[in-house]
Amino acid sequence: MEFKRIIEIRNEDDTRAFGLALAEEALPGTVYALIGDLGTGKTTLTKSIAEGLGIERHITSPTFTIVQEYREGRLPLFHFDVYRLRNAEDLFEIGADEYFYGRGVCVVEWADLVMEALPEDTKFICIDYAEEENGRVYKCTF
Amino acid sequence: MKDGKFITMAFESSCDETSVAVLADGREVWANVISSQIDIFKQYGGVVPEIASRHHLENINRVVDQAMEEAKVTWKDIDLIGVTMGPGLVGALLMGVATAKAAAFAHDIPLVGVHHILGHISANYIEYPELKPPFMALVTSGGHTNIIDVEDYNRCRVLGATRDDAVGEAYDKVARVLGLGYPGGPKMDKLAKEGNPDAIPFKRVYLEKDSYDFSFSGLKTAVLNYLNTEKQAGREVNKADVAASFQQAVMDVIVDKSVGAVLERYGNDPAKSAGKKLVLAGGVASNTKLRAMLEDACAKKGIELFRPSPILCTDNAAMIGCSAYYKYKEFGADSMDMDAYPSLPLPDVE
Repeated sequence: MEFKRIIEIRNEDDTRAFGLALAEEALPGTVYALIGDLGTGKTTLTKSIAEGLGIERHITSPTFTIVQEYREGRLPLFHFDVYRLRNAEDLFEIGADEYFYGRGVCVVEWADLVMEALPEDTKFICIDYAEEENGRVYKCTF
Repeated sequence: MKDGKFITMAFESSCDETSVAVLADGREVWANVISSQIDIFKQYGGVVPEIASRHHLENINRVVDQAMEEAKVTWKDIDLIGVTMGPGLVGALLMGVATAKAAAFAHDIPLVGVHHILGHISANYIEYPELKPPFMALVTSGGHTNIIDVEDYNRCRVLGATRDDAVGEAYDKVARVLGLGYPGGPKMDKLAKEGNPDAIPFKRVYLEKDSYDFSFSGLKTAVLNYLNTEKQAGREVNKADVAASFQQAVMDVIVDKSVGAVLERYGNDPAKSAGKKLVLAGGVASNTKLRAMLEDACAKKGIELFRPSPILCTDNAAMIGCSAYYKYKEFGADSMDMDAYPSLPLPDVE
């Protein structure tokens, strides 16, 4: 994976600003793939993307339902958490292609588990812990 | 009808259990067959939806046969078919809905779609034949964390919900980090008994004053941070203490908020005192710590506490049949174009 940008995130305000910018850039069919360990703030970043799209509802974890739909914003948001899937094939089975190649924005948490199922132009964000507390490093392929 | 009683058959397949039940007069369980798939899922550390729908398909006819055999009924005895229509995994839900529709159509039996959460709450009507709404319900499971004011059998008001992870999900994630395996809830509950709940001061997350909402994501992160810090310092982690401290931080908030909701809604006005009841539902209602803490807190505040037996706390079709019975009595049958809705909202009064 080739990274075009490396962004240092100091706190949740930085996360929010980045998420709002992603929402602004998003087009129908944009897929943001998030890769990072438990607790690195994947859902927190998704919340900011949702906010930027004009979605006011709480973004709850889709771990249980795999995908959660929000259709009230500028573009529909499809929030995936594929933590419980084994591989890309499982994602096909639940009809993910219809979301990926549809008219909305997709955010996929734990994307590393389903790499082969993601569209070619997927925008990856790899999230690491930074040295300082609450800090994160976002490595982006776009 | 059989023996002068109204017979309901119900299907539940919203997640990892395929279940079929037969009930008489809405509350009397004649059969409640649950084909537990937990063994298959253990190796993957969670529910695998694709496997789930395939297994529902493989199981369901066998489960139907067994339920009818146990209940000693035939298709012509059945007056109503109930089925979970949501929320849940779409592929899994569809297996139940398609089977229920096929049976209803083939045997000309009325069909009713049920909300999974109302089903969980209805488990209490089975356990306690005298229980009637209104009351406050605390619904906690792998996918849900809600405080719900149940005004009537088919009407409720959601006072509080999780803003991020469901409580059972937080348990599963922390259990996974601690290397305990799936399902995380019962294993954490067991391990926590050996630990000191005051060992690690994890923050209690109450959100805004007067809010009945929950947030467990930060607590999950706090556990991770604690484990990382200890690891970097080269200190041995006492897993039982982590489990006990995590559990205490979760339950303190759940108990405070649910007891607070009962008192606010039903505790002050003597005219409303009939509702001064707290009704537990969902898988986490089997947690021994939650039960013990609520028993204590409710006794102190004069609140009557209702807890279904563990089998009725898991996903089962008997609770769906009970809920279907009360929905049918009020609203009649659903049409045959009824469908599965993965994010079905509750029938909120507002």
